[in-house]
Amino acid sequence: MTAAPPRPETDLPGLDPAWSRHVPVTDRTGATHVWHVLDTGPATGTEGAGAGDAAAGTLLCVHGNPTWSYLWRRLLAARPAGWRVIAPDQLGMGWSQRLDRPRTLAERVADLGDLSAALGLTGPVVTVGHDWGGIVSLGWALAHREQLRGVVLANTAVAMPEGDRGPALIRMAHAPGVRSAVTVGTPVFVRATTALSRPPLPPAVRDAFAAPYRTAARRRAVGDFVADIPFAPGHPSRPVQEEIAEGVCGLDVPALLLWGPRDPVFGERYLTDLRGRLPHAALHRFEGASHLLPEDAPQYAEAVADWVTGLGSGVDPSASRPGIHSAHRPLWAALEERAGDPSPAVVEAGGRATGWDVLARRVAELAAGLAAAGVGPGSRVALLVEPSADLTAVVYAVWRAGGVVVVADKGLGLGGMRRALGSAAPAVVVGSRAGLAAARLMRLPGRRIAAGPLPVAARRALRVEATLDELAARGRGAPPPPVADPDADCAVLFTSGATGPAKGVVYTHRQARAQLELVRATYRLTPADRLVAAFAPFALLGPGLGIGTAIPDVDVTAPGSLTAAALADAVAAVDATAVFASPAALRRVVATAGDLTTAQRTALGRVRLLLSAGAPVPAALLRAAGSVLPRAEPHTPYGMTEALPVTDVSLAEVEAAGEGDGVCVGRPLAGVEVSVSPLDDRGRAAGPLTAEPGVLGEVCVRGAHVKDRYDALWLTERAASRDPGWHRTGDVGALDAEGRLWVAGRLPHVVTTAAGPVAPVGVEQRVERLAGVAACAAVGVGPAGTQALVAVVVPSGEARPPGRRAGRLRLAGADLAAAVRAAAGSPVAAVLVTDRLPVDVRHQSKVDRTLVARRAAAHLAGSRRP
Amino acid sequence: MRVLVTGASGMLGRATATALAARGDEVTVLQRRPAGLPLREVLGDVADPDAVGRAARGQDAVVHLAAKVDVTGPWREYLHANVTGTRAVVDACRGAGVGRLVHVSSPSVAHAGAALVGVGAGPADPAAARGAYSRSKALAERLALAADGGPTAVVAVRPHLVWGPGDPQLVGRIVARARTGRLPVVGTGAALVDTTWVDNAADALVAAVEAPVHGEALVVSNGEPRPVGEVIAALCRAAGAPPPRRSVPLPAAWAAGALAEGVWAATGRRDTPPLTRFLAGQLATAHWFDQRRTREALGWAPRVPLDEGFARLARWYAADPSR
Repeated sequence: MTAAPPRPETDLPGLDPAWSRHVPVTDRTGATHVWHVLDTGPATGTEGAGAGDAAAGTLLCVHGNPTWSYLWRRLLAARPAGWRVIAPDQLGMGWSQRLDRPRTLAERVADLGDLSAALGLTGPVVTVGHDWGGIVSLGWALAHREQLRGVVLANTAVAMPEGDRGPALIRMAHAPGVRSAVTVGTPVFVRATTALSRPPLPPAVRDAFAAPYRTAARRRAVGDFVADIPFAPGHPSRPVQEEIAEGVCGLDVPALLLWGPRDPVFGERYLTDLRGRLPHAALHRFEGASHLLPEDAPQYAEAVADWVTGLGSGVDPSASRPGIHSAHRPLWAALEERAGDPSPAVVEAGGRATGWDVLARRVAELAAGLAAAGVGPGSRVALLVEPSADLTAVVYAVWRAGGVVVVADKGLGLGGMRRALGSAAPAVVVGSRAGLAAARLMRLPGRRIAAGPLPVAARRALRVEATLDELAARGRGAPPPPVADPDADCAVLFTSGATGPAKGVVYTHRQARAQLELVRATYRLTPADRLVAAFAPFALLGPGLGIGTAIPDVDVTAPGSLTAAALADAVAAVDATAVFASPAALRRVVATAGDLTTAQRTALGRVRLLLSAGAPVPAALLRAAGSVLPRAEPHTPYGMTEALPVTDVSLAEVEAAGEGDGVCVGRPLAGVEVSVSPLDDRGRAAGPLTAEPGVLGEVCVRGAHVKDRYDALWLTERAASRDPGWHRTGDVGALDAEGRLWVAGRLPHVVTTAAGPVAPVGVEQRVERLAGVAACAAVGVGPAGTQALVAVVVPSGEARPPGRRAGRLRLAGADLAAAVRAAAGSPVAAVLVTDRLPVDVRHQSKVDRTLVARRAAAHLAGSRRP
Repeated sequence: MRVLVTGASGMLGRATATALAARGDEVTVLQRRPAGLPLREVLGDVADPDAVGRAARGQDAVVHLAAKVDVTGPWREYLHANVTGTRAVVDACRGAGVGRLVHVSSPSVAHAGAALVGVGAGPADPAAARGAYSRSKALAERLALAADGGPTAVVAVRPHLVWGPGDPQLVGRIVARARTGRLPVVGTGAALVDTTWVDNAADALVAAVEAPVHGEALVVSNGEPRPVGEVIAALCRAAGAPPPRRSVPLPAAWAAGALAEGVWAATGRRDTPPLTRFLAGQLATAHWFDQRRTREALGWAPRVPLDEGFARLARWYAADPSR
């Protein structure tokens, strides 16, 4: 035995020196090694001391290579009450004793068992592992099943997926000549690991990670660790690795997977492998995070603390969901009922009509074909097909086969779609030629099915297994697949991504059916109605509602390209009684109304319902739409990807409501409950749910049609569903005495003044009513709870003088400032003017108030001292 | 209640003494020259222990405002008035068993020059404070708060940029320069600054006499930060003076301030130079404050909003064209 190993410096960022200590442990061979551990102790005040178990349990955290227990410092700091956190440095690593020979995987697992025994851990344990610490921690977990309460894994692997030869970067470092030079002879590997972080780590943190590995002698185990990774079948550690990988499949304790999708070491396929082994695991993907997840996503610590606190509480969030036990009518029921009806079910742009009979047959054949091709309960099928009868048929066929459709809007852009669809891990991609080409560019997983015929070369290049026609042929005469469980998933849709990465939203069959029924009841739709879906998502509703649908000639990514004539042609094609459109589409329709022929005007004159959805609709636009659709009653639903619709308001009701604090979106629909969670003085929606009029808070929704959960976003889901059964929308607003909801902005945009929270939309509306003001953004500057309210105004007719940068801010003149202050309704600290407000990339319509606030804060801080 | 107010010849001292008398207190004022108030008066130097001791005898509370407030002048004058003066007041309070000392300080005692955005009252720091006034006031505040806990409960109140009718310091200088067309805007004029209408500041000091808070410093302002260019323009408008049209970039103003300071120091001039680096910095960087702790601790809120203050100032100027 050598002298006591050195200790970590006492001033490493985030590390409490009281946690650090050395523990001598004798292994099975009789050899004694000195371990370094970070240890919170069993109770407060016992940091780094004491044996035995904490009241609730112990988190045993195992780092990988070439890091050390420093990786877990935030989890030690965030430990929940009653929990002890122990993070050892593996032998030869960190500040533990150096070894005279390499340690194998089997030895490392045994070592950890010796350590836990020496520490007297006999009570409940949750293991936590990162990188190659993952498999070591799981080895311990399998050997201590009786005390294991859960496993947490972050960017790790237990097995090489079939045909995989290990992470390319590690494989490179594994090559014998390279390995010793990179891992031991130089600090390249040690330094490169912390260089993977996104965003980059502060230099002091990178230095802290490198601190125990300053000399080649101290790095020896780093190289040995890499050498012990069993890439090839014959590797001495391979049997143990395979045994652990196999054993994990039988682990029935709760599991939490935390993943940084930008990891160049452990890519998506390792996550897929882990999810296959632990299908019950909760998963949170930290979009933007890379390999060193505990560094890139510091909030992981709170997530783990939250998760272990919830273990064994036995709360089933679905228990409080309304409608869970109601009878279920399958989504495709109308198709089966109208299987003999030749009238048009879908009319595409250009006029091609598909009858109910043809569509029903197509869906039945495709469903059987998909089932024969392996699409069954839970199979995720990504759809990259333009709105068409074929898209409609595939969606209903996937449902009929028990699968889950994954749909992302092209408006997300290729990068956004890649992140979104990739996060859903589809098993199958159905695409048009363009869609499949995009899928290849996005490197999406999954088998490929082409929506139309393809030349042989393209077919090979795009790895197409079959076309829809081939699947339908295969399904002809095949037995119909078994009907899906109503409470199984049916769809993963994505939020708009206007305020961060798009989030996957999961619906079950029952929830999707509840949504259809809500739309039917709200708008009194009967089989005598036909609709034109100028807003792409609605095109899929028709067959579910049992009403014919026409898709007008419009580019789905540019809804503003719909002309009045194109709308009229679609209306005439199905003799439509209802039009579903987005505000952007409506604006262009109004603008091009002059081009309509008499026949087109007549067709539009039969429409009784105009539904405008997707973004807030100005009343003036709805009124103008009356000139094109004279008999249609304009309606606007309020809702979001997670719950749509929530409320509805007609133009007449908007006008009757008059001016208020925000946008009046009407009353909650029948069967839908709306409450608000009141804001505290720092703008957090902390208060208990209430429906009391006039209380400003985060809008919360409950109903049978609300989403089941967020996909692969455990943390987000937990935050959005804090009140069991309710969905937190992230919007702020208030109910009025008549039960109407007024939406006043987004939660992060609330200005927290010393006099209380101020929601931006009411202020903006009052300022925008001033003559000479074209647009206004109300934002806060300064610390939460004492912010100053700032109005950034675009004067009407404001043209940017040549040479001035777009979006530049300057002080408003005295008269404008006085007028804005008088109108705002809350004390305004500063009035700034600009030539345009920045809008979100996604919609080009929602003002990016966060960016406005940042610019205003910089401007109002004044000049920097010279 | 019997209250001594030091420095009652200044705008805020006068307003505070008047407000205390108006609520029925028996008020004594102490300063070098007669203040012209219908109150018991002790004339003397605030740094003279005898004079202060005499004035403090029998008082229930002391509100200590007397100070040298300027941007130039030798350090020893600041040391004498602000530090020695405060020591004399503190000693007199303790000697006479006065139960309450309200020490009037300045937010500049905790301001090292960077923008202050919604901050609370940081600790007074003589080493970092900029300029002789701020440094001496920082020493004085530390001295005053260190005396808390004996027979005398001490609170430090830091009113920020107090203005009102008859104020020769802030309003007087701005208006005088605007009338001669020599008032530029420094930087963009957008820096948010807190200011305090004089009667609100006086109310806060009156509230501090009774409030249970002690051993603590509290910044007092109107709680209505505004862009500095807007404040200056509003003051000019109230006085019927032309608001500034020219704007000077901060580096230029900073250089001009440095030059003026050098010239004034070299020639021993006693008047105030047109610009100093301290002033240039104050005019170009944000300084506004979190008022939540102050309002809670003093049980006080400003009664006169900023715009009402501007209107009152305009009426005051309009009442006498010679002003």
